[in-house]
Amino acid sequence: MNWLVVVAGGMIGAPLRYLTDRAVQSRHDSVFPWGTFVVNAVGCLVLGVLTGAAPGPDLRLFLGTGLCGALTTYSTFSYETLRLAETGAGLAAAVNVAASVSVGLGAAFAGVWLGQAA
Amino acid sequence: MTAQEAEGVRTAVPRRPGSGQLPVVGVVAVGGGLGALARHAAAQGWPTAQGGFPWTTFWVNVVGCAVIGVFLVLITEVLTAHRLVRPFFGTGVLGGFTTFSTYAVDLQRLFDAGHPRTALAYLAATPLAALTAVWLAAAATRRVLLRRPR
Repeated sequence: MNWLVVVAGGMIGAPLRYLTDRAVQSRHDSVFPWGTFVVNAVGCLVLGVLTGAAPGPDLRLFLGTGLCGALTTYSTFSYETLRLAETGAGLAAAVNVAASVSVGLGAAFAGVWLGQAA
Repeated sequence: MTAQEAEGVRTAVPRRPGSGQLPVVGVVAVGGGLGALARHAAAQGWPTAQGGFPWTTFWVNVVGCAVIGVFLVLITEVLTAHRLVRPFFGTGVLGGFTTFSTYAVDLQRLFDAGHPRTALAYLAATPLAALTAVWLAAAATRRVLLRRPR
């Protein structure tokens, strides 16, 4: 039955990413993919908290594998970076990669620390 | 997180009144569930040893990036797809299949458990391979289907 818990988490995480992306993208005019950047950073923080707090296996599968896994994305991040590079925004593409990776990693470290402290 | 969720729900849904936002959210949810399940199955089938290079998540992300490169060129440049195809497969399935959070937290674990060399290799290899995959896949799709000279 583990797989049902993962599916349920994914069915919440993915639409949450879609709606957050739309809300964020509608609020600025720049070409920078802020929506994906935000969901990835938030997802890294939440998964970090979960890892630090070390809850039971069901909650880990639901919130971690399912929800956080589907909330964050590597495919859209890569495609948006490619589009930036193809449309002449090479600097924005490079900044997107550097910022997403460093902020995501920082959020994961902060999350684990918070989760352990809680 | 809570504020963001609430914000997303408040602003994104009524933005296009009557344009049928609900079916889009619905297919994103179904696709996301399927994508997450496929990733979970891969993690179960090829478990990563503690302190080892997270090959399964690495390949999940690289394969997902290659597939989105083919898929989005296909439906934006080659053919006209139904309006729910992109949210279902691109945003839902592939978005749910690939993951940024597991990448970041696995890195944290590797650093924390005293495997800095594996962590640094993983840190650099994933974005390099993912971007190469999406670029090559998109270029190959254009070359084959649009017969566009390089």
